[in-house]
Amino acid sequence: MSKHTLSVTVENEPGVLSRVAGLFSGRGFNIESLNVAPTLEKGVSLMTIVAEGDDQIIEQIVKQLRKLVPTVKVRDLTELDSVDREMVLLKVNAEDSKRAEILRIVDIFRCKVVDVSPDELTIEVTGDQGKITALINLLTRFGIKEIARTGNVAMMRAMQSSL
Amino acid sequence: MEMTGAQILLKCLEKEGVDVVFGFPGGAVIDIYDEIPNSSVEHILVRHEQGAIHAADGYARATGNVGVCLVTSGPGATNTVTGIATAYGDSIPVVVFTGQVPTPLIGNDAFQEVDIVGITRPCTKHNYLVKDIKDLARTVKQAFYLARSGRPGPVLVDLPKDVITASCEFEYPEEVHMRSYNPNVKPHIGQVRKVADLIRKAERPLFYTGGGVISSRSHEELVWLADNLRIPVTSTLMGLGAYPGEGDMWLGMLGMHGTYAANMAVNNCDLLLAVGSRFDDRVTGKISTFAPHATIVHIDVDPTSIQKNVSVHVPLVADCKAALGALKRELKPSLDQVDCGEKRRDWIDQVTQWSQEHPLTYIDESDSIKPQYVVEKIYEITRGDAIIATEVGQNQMWAAQFYKFKGPNSLLTSGGLGTMGYGFPAAMGAQRAFRDKLVIDIAGDGSIQMCIQEMMTVVCNKLPVKIVILNNGYLGMVRQWQELFYDRNYCETCMDAQPDFVKLAEAYGAAGFRITEKKDVESTLREAFALDKPVIVDVRVAREENVYPMVPAGASLTEMLLV
Repeated sequence: MSKHTLSVTVENEPGVLSRVAGLFSGRGFNIESLNVAPTLEKGVSLMTIVAEGDDQIIEQIVKQLRKLVPTVKVRDLTELDSVDREMVLLKVNAEDSKRAEILRIVDIFRCKVVDVSPDELTIEVTGDQGKITALINLLTRFGIKEIARTGNVAMMRAMQSSL
Repeated sequence: MEMTGAQILLKCLEKEGVDVVFGFPGGAVIDIYDEIPNSSVEHILVRHEQGAIHAADGYARATGNVGVCLVTSGPGATNTVTGIATAYGDSIPVVVFTGQVPTPLIGNDAFQEVDIVGITRPCTKHNYLVKDIKDLARTVKQAFYLARSGRPGPVLVDLPKDVITASCEFEYPEEVHMRSYNPNVKPHIGQVRKVADLIRKAERPLFYTGGGVISSRSHEELVWLADNLRIPVTSTLMGLGAYPGEGDMWLGMLGMHGTYAANMAVNNCDLLLAVGSRFDDRVTGKISTFAPHATIVHIDVDPTSIQKNVSVHVPLVADCKAALGALKRELKPSLDQVDCGEKRRDWIDQVTQWSQEHPLTYIDESDSIKPQYVVEKIYEITRGDAIIATEVGQNQMWAAQFYKFKGPNSLLTSGGLGTMGYGFPAAMGAQRAFRDKLVIDIAGDGSIQMCIQEMMTVVCNKLPVKIVILNNGYLGMVRQWQELFYDRNYCETCMDAQPDFVKLAEAYGAAGFRITEKKDVESTLREAFALDKPVIVDVRVAREENVYPMVPAGASLTEMLLV
């Protein structure tokens, strides 16, 4: 079993998200995160889907996604040279005695504090899975009160051969 | 010229060559019905929407064209869901038009409102909610294109009432352009050569064909390849008729109720040529022991079918007709150099021996009517020239085993979904397509009661469908499982309480016969089939007869229970 990041371009028509989500639930595939937003091309949206499974399951997921009528293109970015990022908002306990340490971590990880209250900080972090996991691990001991994640967005790197 | 949505819809149907629509009116589609008399499209009024969708499906299977069904919103639409799933399970091209509440009311729980697009999303090839009349003609064009192209399937178009009452200029697109939908129908020539090479080298090749051979109309290519290259043929239930049931290379159906020869051939072949079939669990039995010595080639237009259930060595994504045609072109020139008869003599001798040692059979008795005997008689009387529909269960399996299907599109049966109640309305659709042909529904006493109300439709429309009920007073297939695997606990499968089917037929204005003696089977069937009106023949068959061979669920194909 391994995680795969799939980049799926779809016609931006009503119900397309539920077609994709329904495909996963109806066939018993696991979906870890799903992110969707419009692209530069009119009427086309990009979905980034992180799914887990063995090779045969991932092959089926890719084929089934391609089979959906509104699907324009499906790419498995896992095997390709790609960049992926996720944005996370974290609301952390931050009493006076802990605040300086938390801000130091925020600084090291190049995060942003986006909201402050007397005993909480809300932190915005963007990065790949490794960075996000490391930050969450570090902040857990202060008490993470709330977390909101976008799920991965990903893109192939520019073609090296064209440089 | 400006037209209303209702007028546009009917014009589109005419342009698609639709001559008949099976349907049931209601408030949401009343404007369409108001226009039907002004159109060349004939409407057949069913008695339940499930009858409409199965009839459209039967029409599609018998003709190879798209079947069309029109129903109202809410319950009208939901009543078609079983039929839509049936068509989806067997990849049958059907377009379903459903009425919908006016767009401003959608989502407000209006009277007879249901999210049919949401409900049918997992069981349609695609579906549409038309929100603007300007999209109507293009959507209908796309719906028909999607239904019939690539791997065929049902497409639903939901029509809000205000869209069909609005007006706009009518323009029907000449072609369909969908950047996201481009089924791959042409075979990759490199793969074709690889398969041809495997066929040349194989000593024990076997064709395992499915419904895709029929829907792609590639039966002639299959027959040519099988006969000239001396390759035995077995098929799924859906593939019956693609290779003639009396052909030299025919082994019969494989799988759970397949023949001994077919299952043994799968187990011993060195090359399995799967064409338009999808390795259903009823076919493969225990996957790990399926075709253990074979190189598996899989030809299918739908890439998702490949590698789904079994590991395939050589995939060939293409329309079956194109692929088999390419194989024929590739192999024809080398026919003179390879004597296939000689090369495969041992293999052909072996499968022939299996067929002779364990043919499909049953223990005939003089004091009871065996259901297999009835099917044999139907075959003898019709000489294989009828269209046979079946319900689901033992009746279906006996029909599949003992009727020798001569050609494609002659068996209408719910293979993928196993829908009881399918056969009779499907037969009705086929009879509408071929009014002069003999169309017979081989039924069980349980299944036939699921859509029996369509008797009125066939009587009204002078569709002389013949229903032969193999009446054993049980839900026979479940009873068989209870007998074999549940210690004879016949819980809720006994159907002793039954209507008088003869009187029921007569009440609808059809004819009814009852057969209780074996000696009357042939003469009564002949009399019934000769009548130019719908008939029910209620045949009281041996009550606890079982379908054999049988591979228990999850067992290997070689672990067959024989008669």
